[in-house]
Amino acid sequence: MTYAQTTGTTRWVFPDLKTLMAKASPARSGDRLAGVAAGSAEEMVAARMRLADVPLRTFLDEPLIPYEEDDVTRLILDTHKAAVFAPIASLTVGDFRNFLLSEAATPETLTALAPGITPEMAAAVSKIMRNQDLILVARKCRVVTRFRNTIGLPGTMATRLQPNHPTDDPGGVIASTLDGLLYGAGDATIGINPASDSLAALGELVRLLDGLISRFSIPTQSCVLTHVTTSIELIERGAPVDLVFQSIAGTQAANASFGVTLPLLAEGLDAARGLGRGTVGDNVMYFETGQGAALSAGAHHGLDQQTVEARAYAVARAYSPLLVNTVVGFIGPEYLYDGKEIIRAGLEDHFCGKLLGAPMGCDVCYTNHAEADQDDMDTLLTLLATAGVTFVMGIPGADDIMLNYQSTSFHDALYVREVLGLKRAPEFEVWLERMRIAGQDGRLLPRRAGHPLLAAAVG
Amino acid sequence: MSDPFGPDPWITLSRLTPARIGLGRAGAGLPTREVLAFSLAHARARDAVHAPFDAEAVGAAIQALGFETLEVASAAPDRATYLRRPDLGRALSPESLEALRARPKAPIDLAIVVADGLSSAAVHAQAAPLLGALKPLIDKAGWRTGPVVLAHQARVALGDAIGEALGVRAVVVLIGERPGLSSPDSLGAYLTFAPRVGRSDAERNCLSNIRPEGLVFEEAAFKLAWLAGEALRLGLTGVGLKDESDLARLPSSGALSLPGA
Repeated sequence: MTYAQTTGTTRWVFPDLKTLMAKASPARSGDRLAGVAAGSAEEMVAARMRLADVPLRTFLDEPLIPYEEDDVTRLILDTHKAAVFAPIASLTVGDFRNFLLSEAATPETLTALAPGITPEMAAAVSKIMRNQDLILVARKCRVVTRFRNTIGLPGTMATRLQPNHPTDDPGGVIASTLDGLLYGAGDATIGINPASDSLAALGELVRLLDGLISRFSIPTQSCVLTHVTTSIELIERGAPVDLVFQSIAGTQAANASFGVTLPLLAEGLDAARGLGRGTVGDNVMYFETGQGAALSAGAHHGLDQQTVEARAYAVARAYSPLLVNTVVGFIGPEYLYDGKEIIRAGLEDHFCGKLLGAPMGCDVCYTNHAEADQDDMDTLLTLLATAGVTFVMGIPGADDIMLNYQSTSFHDALYVREVLGLKRAPEFEVWLERMRIAGQDGRLLPRRAGHPLLAAAVG
Repeated sequence: MSDPFGPDPWITLSRLTPARIGLGRAGAGLPTREVLAFSLAHARARDAVHAPFDAEAVGAAIQALGFETLEVASAAPDRATYLRRPDLGRALSPESLEALRARPKAPIDLAIVVADGLSSAAVHAQAAPLLGALKPLIDKAGWRTGPVVLAHQARVALGDAIGEALGVRAVVVLIGERPGLSSPDSLGAYLTFAPRVGRSDAERNCLSNIRPEGLVFEEAAFKLAWLAGEALRLGLTGVGLKDESDLARLPSSGALSLPGA
């Protein structure tokens, strides 16, 4: 079906729903690269005006990618809860925005509504929302997950401690990990991107982190970010795997480019749950996503990159993850050109993920060929923390020496805790206090030589 | 002293990794010296991305090694377009394509492309010294290289378009890698057998982090020559060609021996 909108004397025609969505998207380089972006500022607003009048039900009747062609579309439609959707079934996209902002949309209402919302509905409404809308509504969404601690409680923000090393040197990994713990980071996970893909080396890293967590009874979980099939293999060989990682995207073809299928994700989930290593819950999956992944695999089906990204969260939520991370600025300026585009994308991803019920964190980051710097990261971090982001990265000095990009540092988390009064996961706060790393108020205590954690570096 | 770490325990930790650990803090923030050190590293990486490719100076240094050179440009007219449109960086400008096609046909075994990529600084610093180390190995193997092609606003896959236009057996693209904060001038080398437009990255072999602090020139040149020799012998590159150059060394003397050389 075609969609038309008149502005002044101009009549704009959009041949189908996905084109309407794409042209309504706030500007970004990836949509221009794909050739789906609006041709002018006025066309963009005309598309938004028309999109605002589209009934939410349309997204169920007109799948953007055909049901027969794509298993993500099938997952979205087959798991959609019509009864939950019923109260908002008569709303248009514009009405939906008004509802989300209203006092009627309480945290409890939004949590209950999540299974009735499809990623296309979330993406559509985000396109007619300003940054402040994305922040206000996301802040009302509650997604709480558990493994060895409780993540996502109101007033908290967790950090993933990312102790990467260019050669996976155990001493180097431990040094960065201890540094992070002593700065109060690591409650979301201690998660390492390995340089190696050899099973033996990966098994060593899993055991290294498990040894540290066990030795000091740290209420957190480890993750070695390798392919789901590799994690399954590690589990079969008896490695103490806490979380199973996988990069995912919003189409079947894009997932195929990552070497994953939906049944394979279910296998990973079952394998990790089978170990029963969680003490307070069994959310065992850690997913990463990012706008542009589908286009870079030539698997976007003509959709704009933000809509495809939202579909990835529908994949994520089906496997009850502990953490979902949009690695927003990592992919480069051909998808998100500058600080403004990265900031917008980070807020959109967080909003869409939370609305769909995913425990959304964000790797607030950029590469050196993007028009961005640490000031832009400060801005996005502050906005996301205000929006109630589940977790952010903690990387020594914000400089990842293995993946060669800049993210947020241990210090950045301290900054945002200080400004907004955000706590860590409660179990982790108790541990920091017991270890005399932080005081009762969550602030770091003065550092001292001979701390037991430091002794571990040579022990 | 019973404390094994001495006065500052972080110093010991810092020796274990090049990561920015033990930075100290000013309240919740970084100490001033660390903020400025980070800014300097970022500035260098930014400059590496945006500095124009000085093809004249690099060309002169390469000619001094005994190579001919010629210059081409991709279809990306400037840096801002190049960064947004990787597709244009993979295609030759119409003028460059015409110029390469108009050249008299001469058989080339291994074409060499020196491309600015995402770090002109890397090309300025590493391209000529690497070719200096590679030249004796090329001469020993007897490969015909043709002129070294200096490419502006180029992505790796521009080598496919260049190789196709010149009708070469294989192409190696020496290209500035995306700068990291602590490595603004790393060169990458991508080898592709039977280059033609549309080749995927899975059909290439890659060496990365070529610079004095990373993969040093002699080592990189040896690996590259080994891979090129195997590529020409087997007629393929990519996932089917594993880098086993380490096995080609004589462990006793450390001398380098190439297949068939």
